Amino acid sequence: MFQIEFDNDKVVGIDLGTTNSLVAWMDLTSPEVMPLVPSIVSVSPSGEIIVGDLARQELIDHPDRTIYSVKRLMGRGIADVQDELKLFPFRIADDSESIIRVQLGERTFTPPEISAFILRQLKQNAEGALGMPVTKAVITVPAYFNDAQRQATRDAGRIAGLEVLRLVNEPTAAALAYGLDKRREGIIAVYDLGGGTFDISILKLHDGIFEVLATNGDTHLGGDDIDNRLLHIALEDLQSEWGEDLSHIGEAVQTLRQEVIRAKESLSFLPGAHIDFTWHGKSYHREITRELFENLIKDIVDRTLGPCRNCMKDAGVTPEQIDEVVLVGGSTRIPMVRGAVEVLFRAKPHTELNPDEVVALGAAVQAGILSGTVENQLLLDVTPLSLGIEISGGVVSKIIHRNSTIPASASETFTTGVDGQTNVLIHVVQGERELAKDCRSLLRFDLKDIAPMPAGMPRIEVRFLIDANGILNVTARDARTGKEQSIDVTPSYGLTLEQTEAMIDAGYEHADEDLQAAQVALARVDADGILLAIDKAKRNDAWLELTDAEREVIHDAIRQLQTVYHGDDHDAIRDKIDVLNDVTHNLAENMMNTAVGGALKGTKV
Amino acid sequence: MDYFEFLDLPRNLAIDGKDLEKRFYALSRQLHPDLHSRKSPAEREQAEESTAVLNDAYRTLREPIARAEYLLKLEGFDIGEQTTKDVPPELLEEVFELNMALEEADVEQLESARQRFEGMRIELDSELEQAFARWDATRDREALTGVRGLLNRRKYITNLINKAHVPD
Repeated sequence: MFQIEFDNDKVVGIDLGTTNSLVAWMDLTSPEVMPLVPSIVSVSPSGEIIVGDLARQELIDHPDRTIYSVKRLMGRGIADVQDELKLFPFRIADDSESIIRVQLGERTFTPPEISAFILRQLKQNAEGALGMPVTKAVITVPAYFNDAQRQATRDAGRIAGLEVLRLVNEPTAAALAYGLDKRREGIIAVYDLGGGTFDISILKLHDGIFEVLATNGDTHLGGDDIDNRLLHIALEDLQSEWGEDLSHIGEAVQTLRQEVIRAKESLSFLPGAHIDFTWHGKSYHREITRELFENLIKDIVDRTLGPCRNCMKDAGVTPEQIDEVVLVGGSTRIPMVRGAVEVLFRAKPHTELNPDEVVALGAAVQAGILSGTVENQLLLDVTPLSLGIEISGGVVSKIIHRNSTIPASASETFTTGVDGQTNVLIHVVQGERELAKDCRSLLRFDLKDIAPMPAGMPRIEVRFLIDANGILNVTARDARTGKEQSIDVTPSYGLTLEQTEAMIDAGYEHADEDLQAAQVALARVDADGILLAIDKAKRNDAWLELTDAEREVIHDAIRQLQTVYHGDDHDAIRDKIDVLNDVTHNLAENMMNTAVGGALKGTKV
Repeated sequence: MDYFEFLDLPRNLAIDGKDLEKRFYALSRQLHPDLHSRKSPAEREQAEESTAVLNDAYRTLREPIARAEYLLKLEGFDIGEQTTKDVPPELLEEVFELNMALEEADVEQLESARQRFEGMRIELDSELEQAFARWDATRDREALTGVRGLLNRRKYITNLINKAHVPD
């Protein structure tokens, strides 16, 4: 038998954003992007998952079943998010430990599972537009994301049924989208202020090579923080004007939040805006001038400048040496942000591309590089944080420094401290501080089954490799025998390999269940159609022309269909529809001249 | 294969930065995992591994101090254990004065100390340059012994420069 092979594995580029997510791909020579999907997920009382624009309304109708800005929780532990919990209506389940679980209605989900719902929606949108299955993707992450946050993003992709070919840093993707390679040589800065994260990257361009010199940022700084400032003012006003504290009423807060976002967006092109809010017959109105707004957000904008200066220092460049500045992220529409960037870099920033779309467009270019359709372009990215191991006294010994080009590696040799010791425990951290407790705990691993020897004799060589996704891989071997050393890795945050696998499997199971339920529902629709048509036919003269035996056969077939109708076997329902169709053939013939006959014919499946 | 061999360079202490960068870019265009993503898992892993070595090599060789330390190690010199705890005799007086200034948090004294140390480092760097040239021209191991001494002094002085601030 012939098997025709054709190239149908289109690699898509996905911007999995805090506020909005987008999917894009290379169409011949230029990237195509689909309309954005708000990163909002809701679980309906019947268990249906609602994503995007439809979920936005759920934010008001069912705030306890709906979540936004889940990216803020990716790869984080319960202790990390205490500050966020004061500002965001995340309902964290009680059984959260090293991985957070979010309560949505009756069920709980991990942040990667919730992100996977968004990714699945994007996957479906792309499949619909492309008319082919999509299984491979490049997903962007903030450049300043640590290892756990990157792993969580990759897990989300896998749970959504996507092979994640590469995680790309958002600012780097934006540089690709701008096609700044047309400038053969030069230094560019990418300033990316999104909904929840801030990144600054400085790149050197050279004949299609985009070499990142340094990156810096803050993974908890963005437009969300600005919204919260405005929201806080409005809630305080309501407290003093109405004497009511609405801050704990989800529906009120979410309505007000959408209203302040609208006001914030107007303030980018108008000198003033107002917040209007009606609640149980009372109404609230507040004017916000741009001056007030700028006073309110000044420190948020200022918080982006420190990382910019540090980044220039690490890259070894002065503002004068920077040829171009690119703005990314919705928050860069704010005039005050643009002004601050212009003053700092002494250059007028690029704003030609839609700041909401530019990252997805760049992800599509990277997808093109990986699938070989885009040639002569290459990204050389860096790791944003230093990698270290904890040594005696809780001190960190750095083994891979921040801003090292990835993939990057280091080897360290470990030995035992006690005679006959058979395992060595190693703690790996990420960060710039001197003490392990001040850095981000990444993972602990156990070198086990070391042959018992006098202390200091074993020599276990451990190789740390930060791959092109910015994710750490650890392998170990016995330096004497060259044999692979068994190693037990426990991530400090996030899912273990087993948990991820289980979720991927659950994803498939649910996919099967979902498909099954849809097929049953469709079969029942067809059954309803034929039963209704026969009911009508019984009032037609043609019914009376049948013999008693013929009518009995039809009644029997109806009873058979009714028996299987409420089961979950769609094939059985289809079989009985076919039987009923066959035995009513004569009836339909007799009714050829009537409208009902047409309806009967129409139910043939 | 050592980093010099990987980049097809002689084991020299002085390296032309532009030439090194050109080699780095050219090899990146051959080895980088992005250009091998449609190959077998084994080939992809190989691309990650060899690009990691390339990146590590470039990072080490482009910085003169890191490059010299690496070369000394290749040539069998033990560099890590030359302790910087013992004050070099010619610096005894300087270090004493620095400690006084630190104790008194004397900003002016500290600033002038820092400038003196930075001057010393510049002198050391030009001595290092000469020692580098001597090794490159003669492959005389005596030159490396000299380099090692200079590196240790440089490390000591760098520590002093970092110390010469009023603590935050």
